[in-house]
Amino acid sequence: MNNSFIQINGISKHFGNVKAVDDVSFEIKEGEFFSLLGPSGCGKTTLLRLLAGFEYPTSGSLLLDGSDITALPPDKRPTNMVFQNYAIFPHINVEKNVQFGLRKLGLTNDEIIKRVKDVLSLVKLEGYEERYSSQLSGGQRQRVALARALVRQPKVLLLDEPLGALDKKLRDEMQLELRTLQKEIGITFVFVTHDQQEAISMSDRVAVMSEGKIQQMSSPNELYKNPQNIFVSDFIGETNFLKANTELKDGEYINVNIENLGSFKIKNNLNISENASEVICSVRPETMMIDTEKSDWDICLEGKIKQTSYLGEMTKFYVETKEIEKIITVSSQYFDNQSFQDGKCFISINPNDISLLNKK
Amino acid sequence: MEQKNNTLLIYTLLYFAFLYIPVLFLPIFSFNDANYMSFPLSGFTTEHYEEMWAKTNLHKALWASIKVGVVASIVSTTIALFAAKAFARYKFRGQNISYGAIMIPFLIPEIILAVAILVIWLSLGFKLGLVPVTLGHILFCTPFAMLILIARIEGFDFSLEEASRDLGENAWGTFYRVSLPLYLPGIIASLLLSFIISFDEFVLAFFLTGSDATLPMYMWAQMRFIQKLPHVLALGAVIIVFTTFIVLLAFWLRNLGQGKEKAEFGIKIHE
Repeated sequence: MNNSFIQINGISKHFGNVKAVDDVSFEIKEGEFFSLLGPSGCGKTTLLRLLAGFEYPTSGSLLLDGSDITALPPDKRPTNMVFQNYAIFPHINVEKNVQFGLRKLGLTNDEIIKRVKDVLSLVKLEGYEERYSSQLSGGQRQRVALARALVRQPKVLLLDEPLGALDKKLRDEMQLELRTLQKEIGITFVFVTHDQQEAISMSDRVAVMSEGKIQQMSSPNELYKNPQNIFVSDFIGETNFLKANTELKDGEYINVNIENLGSFKIKNNLNISENASEVICSVRPETMMIDTEKSDWDICLEGKIKQTSYLGEMTKFYVETKEIEKIITVSSQYFDNQSFQDGKCFISINPNDISLLNKK
Repeated sequence: MEQKNNTLLIYTLLYFAFLYIPVLFLPIFSFNDANYMSFPLSGFTTEHYEEMWAKTNLHKALWASIKVGVVASIVSTTIALFAAKAFARYKFRGQNISYGAIMIPFLIPEIILAVAILVIWLSLGFKLGLVPVTLGHILFCTPFAMLILIARIEGFDFSLEEASRDLGENAWGTFYRVSLPLYLPGIIASLLLSFIISFDEFVLAFFLTGSDATLPMYMWAQMRFIQKLPHVLALGAVIIVFTTFIVLLAFWLRNLGQGKEKAEFGIKIHE
């Protein structure tokens, strides 16, 4: 396995004064399912288009499998793309769409027929050869786009928010299917999405982008449990921010004085050594407990429920306490709005669930 | 409500009557057995049509008009296609000005355009004839062609072209395999309408033809003699039918694949 299959070396892309991608460097492993995650305008799509060859970088270089592809046009790169709107050619049928990219590969007729047949069976589209794009559902179009790209057996498959246009149920299905497909064929996937749940559930590694820069790059698990800064923590799931000051370091731990709550020993995932520096702590809604009675947890705050939203499998509570102005927490079906008299509740927090964040 | 609908209906009928009754007189009188355009009609005849067929000068003029029309429509559609693609696809400095520059011949009084071309052509020492007429028609047809093509190309999903590049086609292959087939209904509509505009055009031809008459020039010349009027009526009737057919065909083509038919034809532009 090649650990630096794709090498992105100091890539910048400026559009006028806008730095869409700002001096980004990282590597993608061979066979990896790699996601670029971020809000719209963060530069993730530009980065993907740079890999595809639709844009050329203002500076920096791109290496794929050891060879420099920075200046190659899209038709000379061993990459293929699944477009956000699928871009199925409307004037030719599914079979011709899938064959489209094989013309220049110098295959025999038999090979072309076999490849098309195999890839259509891979994406479960047998029997749709004669259909036109307008006669297909969104999910089927997505499969055609996938087949059309995979039939060329690219070294890297680039996917630009391919599931964005599908309804939720179909999207969940396709997520699983894409993941399975990728493991099966072993091609490196670079997947762009703004949907953190999608990125987390499918990827081997995720790069979170904002303002043209990579904020954090790690495994989904690491990303959720150990976000390195406020942006990542806020973007990956919901969280509560608490202001704090550091105190004495204690091995892997550090004492932190959280505003209005007192001093606690928490894991020093940022390796902070200075005393009395301002930090932000994060605590995830689902790690807290909401109850009608006081608990014996280290932190237990009395509060008043300001608002609730029922989410089916759980209920989300917006709580106000004396110590913290606004806390978001969730609870399973066991509790709902009616469980609390006059909105009176107790919020319990385990200091082990609090994590430190960089301000930037 | 009922009354309002009636008013609208009457208005609509009056409007169409105003538009088309004068035009209908041409075919009617072309079958009338008389030299004058006046009622009552004196009898049915196809003699004027036979007379029309026999005129060799007419054949010459028709051939001249077809030559001019074919060249003018092909050249203006080609120019307009490149321009329309640029306007629809890219944002560039001076876009509005260049758009305006192409559209101006559409707005300048034709006679001014004609005089301007005449003066320049003669001062360059060239002879009058079909060449300057064709050049004038190219200038005059390009804005029409561009309006038709921009309507077709605007809203075109340009990621289709990127997809083609991504799948290994170079720029020419992409144009040939993706863009051209999808623009084709618009291109044909533009060719047909440009041809008709050139075919019917009189003012530029009047100033620039010299001795090689185009069809409108021929008709104009014939109308000065009363005994030649009937066969011009017959010719006029034929041209009306031909033009109507071409224009309807062009509009049908222009809309092809943009409405309900898209599934049947498999030509689709908008998602």
